[in-house]
Amino acid sequence: MSRKQKLVVIGNGMAGCRAVEELLALDPDRYEIVIFGGEPEVNYNRIMLSPVLAGETSFDEIVINGADWYAENGIELRSGEEVVGIDPVSRMVATDKGDRCIYDRLLIATGSLPFILPVPGATLDGVIAFRDIADVRRMIATAEGGGRAVVIGGGLLGLEAANGLRTLGMDVTVIHLMETLMERQLDEAAGFLLRRELEGRGIEVLTGASTEEIVGRSAVEGVKLKDGRTLPADLVVMAAGIRPNITLARDAGLACNRGIVVDDFMRTSDPAILAVGECVEHRGQVYGLVAPIWEMCRVVGTTLAEEDGEGYQGSVISTKLKVTGVEVFSAGDFASGDDREDIVFRDAARGVYKRLVISRDRIIGAVLYGDTQDGSWYFNLLRQKENIAESRETLVFGPALAGASQDPNAAVAALPDTSEICGCNGVCKGAIVNAIREKDLTTLDSVRAHTKASASCGSCTELVEKLMVLTLGDTYNPAAVEPICACTDLGHDEVRRLIKAKELKTIPAVMQELEWKTSCGCAKCRPALNYYLVCDWPDEYADDYQSRFVNERVHANIQKDGTYSVVPRMWGGMTSAKELRAIADVVDKFAIPAVKVTGGQRIDMLGIAKEDLPAVWADLGKAGFVSGQAYAKGLRTVKTCVGTDWCRFGTQDSTGLGIRIERFMWGSWTPAKVKVAVSGCPRNCAEATCKDVGIVCVDSGYEIHFAGAAGLDIKGTEKLGTVMAEDAALEHVVALVQMYREQAHYLERIYKWAKRIGYDEIRRQIMDDAERRKALFDRFVFSQKFAQVDPWSERVSGKDKHEFRPMAEIGFSRAAE
Amino acid sequence: MTNWIEIGNLSDIPPRGARCVTTPLGRIAVFRTATDELYAIEDRCPHKGGPLSQGIVHGAAVACPLHNWVFSLETGVALGADEGAVRTFALRREGEKILMDVEMMASVAAD
Repeated sequence: MSRKQKLVVIGNGMAGCRAVEELLALDPDRYEIVIFGGEPEVNYNRIMLSPVLAGETSFDEIVINGADWYAENGIELRSGEEVVGIDPVSRMVATDKGDRCIYDRLLIATGSLPFILPVPGATLDGVIAFRDIADVRRMIATAEGGGRAVVIGGGLLGLEAANGLRTLGMDVTVIHLMETLMERQLDEAAGFLLRRELEGRGIEVLTGASTEEIVGRSAVEGVKLKDGRTLPADLVVMAAGIRPNITLARDAGLACNRGIVVDDFMRTSDPAILAVGECVEHRGQVYGLVAPIWEMCRVVGTTLAEEDGEGYQGSVISTKLKVTGVEVFSAGDFASGDDREDIVFRDAARGVYKRLVISRDRIIGAVLYGDTQDGSWYFNLLRQKENIAESRETLVFGPALAGASQDPNAAVAALPDTSEICGCNGVCKGAIVNAIREKDLTTLDSVRAHTKASASCGSCTELVEKLMVLTLGDTYNPAAVEPICACTDLGHDEVRRLIKAKELKTIPAVMQELEWKTSCGCAKCRPALNYYLVCDWPDEYADDYQSRFVNERVHANIQKDGTYSVVPRMWGGMTSAKELRAIADVVDKFAIPAVKVTGGQRIDMLGIAKEDLPAVWADLGKAGFVSGQAYAKGLRTVKTCVGTDWCRFGTQDSTGLGIRIERFMWGSWTPAKVKVAVSGCPRNCAEATCKDVGIVCVDSGYEIHFAGAAGLDIKGTEKLGTVMAEDAALEHVVALVQMYREQAHYLERIYKWAKRIGYDEIRRQIMDDAERRKALFDRFVFSQKFAQVDPWSERVSGKDKHEFRPMAEIGFSRAAE
Repeated sequence: MTNWIEIGNLSDIPPRGARCVTTPLGRIAVFRTATDELYAIEDRCPHKGGPLSQGIVHGAAVACPLHNWVFSLETGVALGADEGAVRTFALRREGEKILMDVEMMASVAAD
């Protein structure tokens, strides 16, 4: 067997990795592959940075290939190691770590660099680009302090950045050199609608404005315009365009113009070296959008696998803006001209604008604003150069012909098989339908996995789902995304994301904005929405008790006979003679039929009539008891052992820490119940390693565990990490629980949530990212200000009186009157 | 024959909530929907006897707090896959006041 050839890839971005994927699909064994990436990250979906910035998705969700992908495919990933030179003669690259790496084939996928305006002050601290996850993290961190941001550039990237920063609460101004926003994609009318929408969101837009200087001493303080105005700024985002990153190629003597010149087979002037992505120039064109780049990647795969193909023929491109709630689509050429006619449709009330540019009976350009669902149909007509003379009169109303058909799937059904559905990945209708049929795909995730359709920016998800409905009929429930309940098609993640993004702060607002199908929800969605709103807007949202399950409404546990059980808090499982005496007295006084010691180290009184609850609580309250929230989707018990107080093996004060955690966290609402335990030594008498969160004290500090289960499922915990000090243990536990509060689906226990989003990701956010941990901790502390009110004493003082009394009593005599 | 007696005011019941009236027949749950319609049904789920008055009210239906059976407040019939029904009782509103027909109750009791 001959030695494998060695393929070196410079660039761990979208293009580099996709090209490798394409190669692996054709010929997985031909090469030994090494990928160099300057960013210290795995491969992620750069075009989804905008939703990450707007808080609509997380970094975790935009990772394309995690660490396991590299391992499974035998790829050596050298991230954080930059290639600094290429020697085409000896076929070798040199890295910034002083290493050298020989190649048989080299793939350059260095992407592009943000264009930084050459104005004074451009290098000040606080002036950043919008290019990678580090920029996004920087923006999010700055936005936490509120303040003002200036975005230079009103193109696609700039507007997405502006919207994200505005969503994060900053005052934002966009400076744009031209008179029309996104002038390369939009005409004046659509640009105006877009501007009005953004201004309506509180973003200031200055067009025809030119930056003269960025002012500030060490950090940025403002942006001075050519007209003399100075805009104060705590953050300046440069989004004035991108430039192909060709430095390495040019230094190596490869032919370059604006980009690295490649032929139709993506070969540079040195046939052993290929290039792909934003860094290349093909037939004089440089591309900055993802769809053409995917096409190039396919060709790279073919070339590297030494298979025949037609090569790359260049692309017609279409654009969508990823700003939630703003629908913008543009494709082709829409400049006015003598040989061109326009078909325009406007609906001011709905804010819809559609313009088709026709030349010689063919669509050559399309701009859609407000309603973009027919975008792919027009784009298809444009690319196929279809003659539209006959359908011209109804063309602007889309494929469903002047709205004659109300079937929402009709438009998709009318598309030919060659019509492109997913612009990012170049997947056409036929490919999706075939994959669904041949591979028996029944879920959106499986269609994404097999075809990549809707796997990049996700904006065609709806179309893909319609195709699934058309292909599978009623057996496909578009809700394979698992809608919360029958009242909506949206899943928990989407609803949580949209509550934040659209700042929805009441249940009716959520239902209105997210188009709930029922008037006031159901017993499944209302408690979920109530929790999400309590969690996201702790200071503003008024808890809706009618949307809580009865236990949380009356603060006791309903039993099979309609009576209730009551469990007072015993902090860390410690009690006293006084407390026990008070419990005994309550049991006698109210003739409580059963008393039980629980698994969480406290005492349960069972069989109390609802009417008696306030009086029971009043007596317990006098002895100093508060609710143990044994009924809550919230913090339940913190189980402890006696630790160094008594135990001859104890290494730390486990009881003290348990009580401290319980006192810190009681009252918080969580997606599902949270049980915690603290053991004083590795003998683990408090059974911390099967709890939602567990701490095992060791000589050197505190081992923090999470994601255990000992109920429906049995599962030992995962280790989060070890910290030295008690304060740190508390901070880590609280941050972990807050992360869970913010991300999990309602009723999803920690172990299920953690499995879904990945243990490593949780470790990364809680153990490695101190800034994020602190922010999570602070948000928890803030929410506790509104949560730590004993519900029992509130009700003893008269709150919700109606809950505990009949409205009327009708006797026999009266009934017989 | 009817005999309407006053059992309380609209404001006694929270919207999307319920209160109980105790009667010789057992507890009757009086519901108020989000749109201020009023309904009275037996406060006892035919499945395992759960107190329906304690359930979550949505539209003109209530979910039993014990095992989530859902009943129509208008007809008393279980919705969805479950089968069963609870008795319904006539109510009348006079402005703020809520009245219940005790004659009907008496005839039920005599059954």
